[in-house]
Amino acid sequence: MILFVLCFVLFMIGLYGVILQRNLIKIIIGLAIMEYSVYLFLILIGYVKGGTVPIISDFFENGPFVDPLPQALVLTAIVIGLATKALLLSVAIRLYKHYGTFDIRKMNNLKG
Amino acid sequence: MEIYLVIMLVLMILGSINSLHAKDLMSAVISLGIVGFGLVISFLLLYAPDLAIVQVVIEIITLTTTIAVIVSATYELEKKKIGYSSGFYAGTILIFTVIILMVVSRFTNILSYFGQHVMRMADIYIKSAPESGSANLVTGIVLHFRAYDTLGEATVLVTAVIGVLTILRHSGKKKDN
Repeated sequence: MILFVLCFVLFMIGLYGVILQRNLIKIIIGLAIMEYSVYLFLILIGYVKGGTVPIISDFFENGPFVDPLPQALVLTAIVIGLATKALLLSVAIRLYKHYGTFDIRKMNNLKG
Repeated sequence: MEIYLVIMLVLMILGSINSLHAKDLMSAVISLGIVGFGLVISFLLLYAPDLAIVQVVIEIITLTTTIAVIVSATYELEKKKIGYSSGFYAGTILIFTVIILMVVSRFTNILSYFGQHVMRMADIYIKSAPESGSANLVTGIVLHFRAYDTLGEATVLVTAVIGVLTILRHSGKKKDN
């Protein structure tokens, strides 16, 4: 159970970074930390004690496997996470070219 | 086994804290690498080799692109302090701790213990694995049982690539002035 709690602590650290940091790159880092904690949480849930890698082989015993379904879903999620991060970074570098800084307090052209 | 996972998770937490409080952006990004590669080792400990391979590749790509962005922009953090008082930080930590305790006390009843997972849906996949023709169950699920998910993922990837190209392209409209 302590593993789930530590995973949640990691998620809250990422949330802290997203909410309280003022630098665009650090906000992206916070989002990445949140993503990683969610991946790890899903895989932790699917773990079966005494299980093996879910690969069917003639040379090893095809004993109890760990759950392959969360692994397949997280595999999809990791690749999509890369795409979102690339999009965020391109937006960040555009904003830097325009404002000359990563500080979100100085990006106030739309401020009412 | 479980103690190694706890060690890896503690290392990841320390790396993330160091990353969010680093003095300049380059060390922040490299500290994010601690979290990513700790995730790789955790995947290996949890018997998920496919995920470990994919995560290694993706982590390296992420670090390289982020460092490229920083190098082309700036390493420096802004000099001006944010200006919150220490009471603000204490309050934030208090609120986060309360949220963690609330969620943990709520969900300990629902979650089964670590390692005592009951497979409901994956049983069918494992039983009918030979009909997918794949020895690796994970790729069998990704490409056979849930192929529509994978197609959707490909759509998302194409959309993201189009978005990046649209945002980063150099020649737009001709400037009037």
